[in-house]
Amino acid sequence: MDLPHLYRQMLRARAYELAVEDLWNHGFISGEMHLGTGEEAVAAGVVTQLGDGDGLALTHRCSPALVVRGVPLAPMLRELLGAEDGLCGGRGGHMHLFSKEHLAATSGIVGASLPTAAGFALANSRLRPGAIAVAFTGAGAMNQGMALETLNLAVAWRLPLVIICIDNGWAITTTSDSVTGGSLVERAQGFGMRAETVNGRDVRAVYKAAAKQIERARCGKGPSFLLATCPRLDGHFLGDPLIRMANKPIAEGKKVFGSVLSSVVSRGGGGLADRAGGVTQMMSVMAKARRSGTRERRGDPILAVYKTMNKHEAERDRIDAEVAAEIEAAVAEALADVGEGSDG
Amino acid sequence: MSASGAEGQALHAVPEVATEKQTIAQAVRDAMLEEMERDERVIVLGEDVGVDGGVFRATDGLIERFGAERVIDTPLAESAIIGMSVGLAATGFRPIAEIQFMGFVYPAINQLFAHAARMRNRTRGTLSCPMVVRMPYGGGIHPPEHHSESYEALFLNTPGFKVVVPSNPYDAKGLLISAIRDDDPVLFMEPKRVYRAFREAVPAEAYTVPLGRAAVAREGTDVTLIAWGAMVRVCLDASEVLAREDINAEVVDLRTLNPLDRETIISSVVKTGRAVVVHEAPRTGGFGAEISAQIHEHAMLQLEAPVQRVAGFDVVFPLAHNEKLYLPSRDRIVKAVEKVLAF
Ligand SMILES: Cc1ncc(C[n+]2csc(CCOP(=O)(O)OP(=O)(O)O)c2C)c(N)n1
Repeated sequence: MDLPHLYRQMLRARAYELAVEDLWNHGFISGEMHLGTGEEAVAAGVVTQLGDGDGLALTHRCSPALVVRGVPLAPMLRELLGAEDGLCGGRGGHMHLFSKEHLAATSGIVGASLPTAAGFALANSRLRPGAIAVAFTGAGAMNQGMALETLNLAVAWRLPLVIICIDNGWAITTTSDSVTGGSLVERAQGFGMRAETVNGRDVRAVYKAAAKQIERARCGKGPSFLLATCPRLDGHFLGDPLIRMANKPIAEGKKVFGSVLSSVVSRGGGGLADRAGGVTQMMSVMAKARRSGTRERRGDPILAVYKTMNKHEAERDRIDAEVAAEIEAAVAEALADVGEGSDG
Repeated sequence: MSASGAEGQALHAVPEVATEKQTIAQAVRDAMLEEMERDERVIVLGEDVGVDGGVFRATDGLIERFGAERVIDTPLAESAIIGMSVGLAATGFRPIAEIQFMGFVYPAINQLFAHAARMRNRTRGTLSCPMVVRMPYGGGIHPPEHHSESYEALFLNTPGFKVVVPSNPYDAKGLLISAIRDDDPVLFMEPKRVYRAFREAVPAEAYTVPLGRAAVAREGTDVTLIAWGAMVRVCLDASEVLAREDINAEVVDLRTLNPLDRETIISSVVKTGRAVVVHEAPRTGGFGAEISAQIHEHAMLQLEAPVQRVAGFDVVFPLAHNEKLYLPSRDRIVKAVEKVLAF
């Protein structure tokens, strides 16, 4: 396990989301923008172990895994802007990012990542023995019929599939506990699948747990299920006032909640060129993580991994600076033609 | 169980009873609240509808009033939400299921098509399916694909449903109350684009607007614009522009797509001789095609020009910056009207 490498990937994932947040705040991206902040340790711990031919099916919080997978950043950002030269030609948007090269697919339909990944896995078992597929899913999604159907057939056909279930405790405003029967790990075991829980804030623990499951899948020993507990640092989507009540009684949250979607999904604003000038420069990711005004800091995996890098202090700061520069360049590239006649 | 309240008020008629200025979202909520007060068989279920009060606030306060037994936060499982509603409805309850966005109904299509819609026919009426499925639909608020779609045509090509689409707060409340009291499955599509766009006087008490009856939202003589939901206001806007050119458009707000009020459509077209149908859904196979066909079948000889359709395009609902191009606009409607007038 290469800790500095994992650290770098986590920072890249976070820095990317911070850039998206800036773009959203400046009105370049509209609609519900779900960030994967808080899930970086899982993305890094799992996706750094994937290689050529491995499939990846993702959810509405897809960015961290795609960033770690090495999908080019500027086209991803351009896709969020709806540009013709975006990753999907401006047709997918943030909930539907695809990369043929990386066999990566995303769906805004909750639960859909599981059957898609099972298809990738079945194809791989025929076409590229040794290659596997990974499904990321939220815990809420595990109650969808299509998710349960997939658990069954993955076991029945011993598919080379690893299901990474991120449990952040919530599905929008409903606590997952209140609508989920039994434990998800036992549920997967009930289907005959290897399953365990891991602390999703601890990149080393995630890496180790995923390594075992990925190895099993690669050598034909069948599917497994990893439940990773993560914080939901930015609420369900950007601008979600619920973030302030994540750990507070619902009654208090309701006051600030208001008409969420109507306020969040529709944003106007001045000309694109004006707004482009306002997108902040990417400073140290770590400094930003510490400083966040609205983001929950409790349990932030980025702050945790920083400490584990104490022994590599100089490298730590260098990586931070390199990541900031990389993201800044990607944002600059993504916004390069802004103001040249496009009206957004 | 006697239904209180005024019967079948016409569109926008200012009622004599106490009123409150409300948005569509509030009117929808009050319709449920009043029916739940009146009839304890009425229950609400769906994702985030309870403790939270719904992502669009349409169920705000219901759980406080009626408790978690009647306002049920479900798992993220549309198929089960609708499948359970079928079972509940057949057992004497009157479930109102919320599908968070119409684009998320697909996992539940099997339950809707194969079960809800067929219960009455299969049992020769021994069992019916008195349930309402509320679905915010349509574009205009910028999120991608599933969050902006308008696929009413799927349900109109499936016998067994009633399909209702209010365009204003008064109708929203009256139609929803009718839908809840109806003995068949009613798909109630809520135009989220105008959920809070404007307020109107809505009676504080319960009243019904009958299903299956269209309303003439604006009287005119030169051309009939036929629309539903959020598109009604766009048509009214277009009518104002046309009025400045001395073109007097009549706007028919269908309100219920099934059963369709053909009489109102045909009598309007017979009067004006020209018709333009406007909808957000893709053009091909959209409900505009059916309406156009019916006009040709029933008023062919009174038509001065072929019926035109102003619709979404045959593509997946586009990302935000192209939304304006996709959705029927005032200008596109005006152009279509000019075309039927010039024919
Ligand atoms: C089929 C479907 N139903 C509802 C939604 C609306 N929705 C988007 S995200 C979400 C919650 C998902 O919860 P979970 O799977 O736990 O993932 P999390 O958002 O917590 O990461 C819901 C209900 C959807 N996108 N798709």
